[in-house]
Amino acid sequence: MGKFKNNINCIAIAAFTVIFAVLSLLGVVKASTANLLEDIAIKIILAVSLSLVVGFLGELSLGHAGFMCVGAYLGGKMSVILVEPLGNGFLTLIVSLLVGALCAAACGFLIGLPALRLRGDYLAITTLAFGEIVKTIFMNTSKESFGGPEGLTDTPRFDKNYFYIVCFVMVLVTLFVIQNLIRSKHGRALKAIRDNEIAARATGINITNYKLLGFVISAAFAGIAGVLFSFTKTNFSSQMFDYNYSIEILVIVVLGGMGSINGSIIAAVLVTFLNRYLANILTGNLAVLKDLIYALVLIAIVIYNNAPAFADFREKHNARKLIEKVKGGS
Amino acid sequence: MAEKIFDADGNEIILKTDHLCIQFGGLKAVNDVNLEIKKGELYGLIGPNGAGKTTVFNILTGVYKPTSGRVYLSGEDITGKSPMDVNKKGIARTFQNIRLFSNLTVLENVMVGLSNQIPCSVFESVFRLPRHKKSEKEYTERAHELLKVFGLDEFADYLASNLPYGKQRKLEIARAMATNPTLLLLDEPAAGMNPNETQELMDDITFIRKNFGITILLIEHDMKLVSGICEKLTVLNFGTELAKGNTSDVLADAEVVRAYLGE
Repeated sequence: MGKFKNNINCIAIAAFTVIFAVLSLLGVVKASTANLLEDIAIKIILAVSLSLVVGFLGELSLGHAGFMCVGAYLGGKMSVILVEPLGNGFLTLIVSLLVGALCAAACGFLIGLPALRLRGDYLAITTLAFGEIVKTIFMNTSKESFGGPEGLTDTPRFDKNYFYIVCFVMVLVTLFVIQNLIRSKHGRALKAIRDNEIAARATGINITNYKLLGFVISAAFAGIAGVLFSFTKTNFSSQMFDYNYSIEILVIVVLGGMGSINGSIIAAVLVTFLNRYLANILTGNLAVLKDLIYALVLIAIVIYNNAPAFADFREKHNARKLIEKVKGGS
Repeated sequence: MAEKIFDADGNEIILKTDHLCIQFGGLKAVNDVNLEIKKGELYGLIGPNGAGKTTVFNILTGVYKPTSGRVYLSGEDITGKSPMDVNKKGIARTFQNIRLFSNLTVLENVMVGLSNQIPCSVFESVFRLPRHKKSEKEYTERAHELLKVFGLDEFADYLASNLPYGKQRKLEIARAMATNPTLLLLDEPAAGMNPNETQELMDDITFIRKNFGITILLIEHDMKLVSGICEKLTVLNFGTELAKGNTSDVLADAEVVRAYLGE
């Protein structure tokens, strides 16, 4: 029972994927829905991996899009190179994913090093700068290497209607690794560092190793998200991996609640859906309202989550209480 | 392995500091402190506020590097080692202002303390290999045992921050004990406790000392506790040693009384 409860999110996502896979085979899933699902899966991977650093290690990172960018470009480039000899199949995908993850992990290691000395705001600024530097580097590459301002073009893409299944499989891999890590002595060590670094040090925790571990794993999965992203687009430019994108991922983590993986998943789904929905209904002149309404909704959610009056309200009227009442009554 | 040090009577010396000094700018916070603590001893470090007691603890545990002087643990020079390494060598400590892992449960706090004792790599944990399961089981069992010693077992699933103050202090000691130290440093363990809690704490300290065979060095202002359980004392004043020796002799010393109460 405990095991089932621990993995309920994986089971739910697996079930969800299977249902949609069947619907796809029956031809009921629209291309736009498939595309939305790809987006959602990528956002979940990004949010869960960022949550490891922000929610569990307790370091504010504003450069998550930078790691994703590294993964997208290097994994994407790899797939362009490999698609000739290996064909547009799983082998290309897997090698690209590995390359993207490893390159992003290496960047994570580099960012983890200053994280050992910098604290709070200063580390946040460093990671912010890292994201912008990565973006600018890819912007200034030659047309033959990474496409420069035009971005990477001609990345192979899988069947539009089924690629989201691959994305969700990667979500499961992410959850498997990160959740198992968190629910082990290593996860306890990460949380101990977050709660009280001085005490963790005095308790014999190797702060250096664990901080690097957190950053490397988080970056590796952001890299994977980037590779998946490159497979959903035939071309993309580094312009989109700016700090706004990093902040959006951070917003998801904060909305979901620091240190809550399930919260991050739910928030990733909601935020991606909200973004897409607003973009769909607010067309033409109304498009300017999109960011405004998006921001208002976020503010409303944060207030709902944290205001004491609302907390009391939820405490009084939640589903568990209702069930108890019904049981008590019968 | 370094040579162990023995005193004239053949007793093993666990902790020895040799002319320990630390200077912050023009301030000599600790000046020529020579401690010699025998194995199994319960040693007190007392002195008025600002005398440099916590600074001595911070030097012993590697938080500060001394300006001059050496620290020896069981004969091994541990001067300037990092807090993590000092802990691995066998010194555990508690803090004057409680430093728990407040968002972890009481049980998890102790489990963090145990983590260096049963090896299990990240790879083994992620893929849930047998050693992970075995070590987790052992962590849980041993953590429960330690909590029982301190009467905290019934609070195992509470968040550490939700414990009452006195129990938080005890949990800090339990967490320190989990790292399997040879020397335990307690920084004002009875601060903020009521007389009942202090009495309980004294019993606990006596108990762990007897049952775990460890040496304890403690800083304390509560004279009832100090005179009740400490065998030897060093009194610090303005960073220098004012007096040291057996508890009753030291507390009767006119200099000590003057430092505490004034002329």
